[in-house]
Amino acid sequence: MSESSAPLPSGEASRFPELLALAGDEVITHSYVRDIPLRSGKTLALITLDNGRDHTRPSTLGPATLFEFAAVLDELQARAARGEIVAVAVTGKPFILAAGADLSKVSEIPSRAVAKQLAELGHSVLGRLGTLGVPSFIFINGLALGGGVEIGLNATYRTIDSSIAALALPEVFLGIIPGWGGSWLLPNLIGIEGALRVIVENPLKNNRTLGGHEAFELGIADAIFGPARFLEESIQWAEDVVSGVTVVNRPNVPGRLERAVKWDIAIGIARKSLESRIGTVAKAPYVALELLSAARKSTREQGFAAEDDALADLVAGDQFRASIYAFNLVQKRARKPAGAPDAALSRPVTKVGVIGAGLMARQFALLFVRRLRVPVVITDLDQGHVDAGVAHIHGEIDALLGKGRISSDEASRLRALVTGTTNKADFSDCDWVIEAIFEELTAKQNVFEEIERYVSPETILATNTSSLSVEQIGAKLDNPERLVGFHFFNPVAVMPLVEVVRTPKTDAAALATAMATAAALKKNAVITSDTPGFVVNRILAKLLGETMHAVDNGTPFEVVDASIAPFGLPMKPFELLELVGLRVGAHVLDTHHGAFPDRFFDSDNLHKLAEVGRFYERDSKGKVKGYDKKALAIVAGGTSPITGAELLRRIEDGLADEIKRMLDDGVVAAPEDIDLCMVLGAGWPFQMGGITPYLDRSGASERVFGGTFHEPPIRGVS
Amino acid sequence: MAAKTEVVFVDGVRTPFGRAGEKGMYWQTRADDLVVKAMMGLLERNPSLPPERVDDVAIAATTQQGDQGLTLGRTAALLAGLPRTVPGYAIDRMCAGAMTSVTTIAGAIAFGAYDVGIAGGVEHMGHHPMGVGVDPNPRFAAEKLVSAEALNMGNTAERIHDRFPSLTRERADRFALASQQKIAAAYTLGKIQPDLIAVSTHTDSGWALATRDEAMRPETTLEGLAGLKTPFRPHGRVTAGNSSGLNDGATASLLASADAAKELGLSVKMRMVSFAFAGVQPEIMGIGPVPSTEKALRKAGLTIDDIGLFELNEAFAVQVLSLLDHFGIDDEDPRVNPWGGSIAIGHPLASSGVRLMIQLARQFEEHPEVRYGLTAMCVGLGQGGSVIWENPNFKGKKR
Repeated sequence: MSESSAPLPSGEASRFPELLALAGDEVITHSYVRDIPLRSGKTLALITLDNGRDHTRPSTLGPATLFEFAAVLDELQARAARGEIVAVAVTGKPFILAAGADLSKVSEIPSRAVAKQLAELGHSVLGRLGTLGVPSFIFINGLALGGGVEIGLNATYRTIDSSIAALALPEVFLGIIPGWGGSWLLPNLIGIEGALRVIVENPLKNNRTLGGHEAFELGIADAIFGPARFLEESIQWAEDVVSGVTVVNRPNVPGRLERAVKWDIAIGIARKSLESRIGTVAKAPYVALELLSAARKSTREQGFAAEDDALADLVAGDQFRASIYAFNLVQKRARKPAGAPDAALSRPVTKVGVIGAGLMARQFALLFVRRLRVPVVITDLDQGHVDAGVAHIHGEIDALLGKGRISSDEASRLRALVTGTTNKADFSDCDWVIEAIFEELTAKQNVFEEIERYVSPETILATNTSSLSVEQIGAKLDNPERLVGFHFFNPVAVMPLVEVVRTPKTDAAALATAMATAAALKKNAVITSDTPGFVVNRILAKLLGETMHAVDNGTPFEVVDASIAPFGLPMKPFELLELVGLRVGAHVLDTHHGAFPDRFFDSDNLHKLAEVGRFYERDSKGKVKGYDKKALAIVAGGTSPITGAELLRRIEDGLADEIKRMLDDGVVAAPEDIDLCMVLGAGWPFQMGGITPYLDRSGASERVFGGTFHEPPIRGVS
Repeated sequence: MAAKTEVVFVDGVRTPFGRAGEKGMYWQTRADDLVVKAMMGLLERNPSLPPERVDDVAIAATTQQGDQGLTLGRTAALLAGLPRTVPGYAIDRMCAGAMTSVTTIAGAIAFGAYDVGIAGGVEHMGHHPMGVGVDPNPRFAAEKLVSAEALNMGNTAERIHDRFPSLTRERADRFALASQQKIAAAYTLGKIQPDLIAVSTHTDSGWALATRDEAMRPETTLEGLAGLKTPFRPHGRVTAGNSSGLNDGATASLLASADAAKELGLSVKMRMVSFAFAGVQPEIMGIGPVPSTEKALRKAGLTIDDIGLFELNEAFAVQVLSLLDHFGIDDEDPRVNPWGGSIAIGHPLASSGVRLMIQLARQFEEHPEVRYGLTAMCVGLGQGGSVIWENPNFKGKKR
């Protein structure tokens, strides 16, 4: 085909040639126009956004899509001027309105200047919905994210399907801000509190989304209809609005009082809450706050111009690139774990045995019975413990019933599936046995040795050990090839990660079953080798070991606390130690020091602090007031304190070194798996990309091993 | 035993009828969604009816599989948002499916078992072409019970021409032309649109909205009709122009006892007088409405002269003409299908019975001088179905 067969850039495409160049392999969402006859005899032009794929590939908005949408709107503006149409409406293909900007295109943007063009293009194209000469309507028929929502916000009116999968402005979750009008339009439509919730709070609550009713209640849509006749009712509603039969009320549009008083107060509260929850490292939430604050009195043009600059800065920055990287890990790599054997090798799990009846065992039993819905039998040495365990699990099931999370039939089913025994022969028909007893090698070896006498040679044996060698735990087994490590994170029901540990003897069937079981439990599994601490604990032990070592040498608590602020971690090191328990923390440090004495520090002080149990002094609400006096006394006397900057450098370099070793030793397949573990297992932030993108961009990788984990490094553009 | 409960036709609606096939407007629309939308439109038009008062839902389809399977009445009730306490079932009597839904629900109301019921039908002949998947018993052929020709409706229509040589192709074409002209006039006057429930239709080039019957051909001329091929036999008389086409569409109606209608403040558009079904030779199924109408008249104690309006399903022009000739009614009698019929509007098999009733009910409103009306249709494999209705708007003198 000759070059000349490509359509010549016209309209918006000619204004933004660099964006046109990006559009090369874009999956274009087309704008199809159909004339809809209204009962009055007049005509509504209905645009359907459709990328020609099924609902598993939602329509997205790349440059070429926007160019086409603009051309269609220009034509409709001309038709409106000729009096041919009385309204324009936009809807999506079945189940999808639009899932926002095409992220694959956004992350290819080569410079800040082009990033700014993308913002300007969006404003220019979506803004046409307000200048058609006739009212514009968006019929939100399905999933609407980011730019998909902003199409609606730029229109005159909106209807929403009560059954949509989700509506959200997730930009802040990804390190950017709604930059096609959302940051200015939303607060001016639904008020500052609603806008803060949608633009700032929800994205930071694990990217929470809105349902149809919630969006309607917030005032994002003017009318809500059920799914069965959503489009028919929306069209009728639009006709009634155009004819004046229906008058649209918007009770949430901010009034004078809200602008004069409530607005700044709400911004102030949100800022304080952000600072205490996530610190000040992540930029996007604060940029969003600035935009929302300015929207109080800025004009639409000023607001959009501010969005252009803010979006350009963020898209070109480090944090967005790291966030997209982390997002893809969670969305894609987590679903296809590296190194997983053929899923067809996995064995069915039709009954589960849990060794132990303590706190961890109960959590396992509850999770397995809820997710797998197969018989789960727990065991302990005496009947009293067993009965208490079963009673506790039944109580948890009743609590789920009480909260309306499960039906009474489901509760009955689950209760009946959970039993207890002191006779290990009752494990004989289990396909999966997981132990949850105390961390003591001989005890674990013995309990598996005993169980093996009863179960089939193919029953999968799993250990939740966090610090022992899985291979050694299986030392007394006749069939050690069916043993895997299956390391959960606390609280078991909430944390999404399981480290699946493969010993040199673990066979493919056992590994495949472990992966399938993790998936059935709705956990993301990462395969690691049988090395101390696996991934998450080893990295945390490195971090905590360095911080405790600095404390032991006399570095003040507040210096330590402040030192790693640039990471923007969800918790300071001492808070993390308090959460897991100081005794557990000390044990983890000891284990790693034992395994790698030249690289990991243990801390006598931490053992002493464990007697006190805490670092911080807190008020009755749990808020930190200062440091605990006994704790301060215990650590007093160090003689070689270091500065926060020195400590930060030690931690960064230490982590880069340790992760490089882990990769060289094949603990996991790639740096991506390290990052996936830290994001899912420790809640490390997207803006760091987990950890390795941060170590590359901070220079630690270069300092330590003269290279980077990623080639090219994941960082912003200028 | 209590006196017979009076059964009334409260209301009826339908989707616009589409042309079957890939180019038809409903090609990407499910059959069950069509009837669900009709039902929802019906309930929306009758807001005084508490949905939980619906005692049963009967929905007909000829081919009960795929998007027309799974016990349509029940699935449609669930999909239409009726309470889960409302039961439902599926009906099949080929072309008279919806008519049989109505008579079956009516029978239950008359017996006193039900107060209110929904009766309708759907046929997506694009998704379910006639005859696909059928497995006729070999005894039909071996014992000469039914000839293979009887399974092809066009052949049965040719047989009517054979039997009644006075029914010429020209008469059939004229009747067909009138059907096209009458529906066009009715649309112009806005007679049809009020009972249509608009349906959004997904296409490869965006969503559209079906608001009119798709298969109408207002440009039809007698010359054009005369030039059409006779696909069922060489030099035959039955053409695509003087037959109903292949269509997609759905209908839904609300029936109630007179007492329940009064209690719930429901409209009464028609009163049911009698109904009958009858069998004829399968090879000439189109004459079926003659004996069924005679039987229904007999049960009602009426004669053909008492009938002031006729809504006769136009499966084939010749088949309607055979009934008119039988009862001595002129081809162009203004009482017959005043707004046209299936030749122009379309005939999505199991949905059509209720369409006849919808149009008769509207005619009743316009003709208070008429007391009784007839809805009748032929049915494949040699049957006819007839329902006689009384006009509640009748202002004349009762005998």
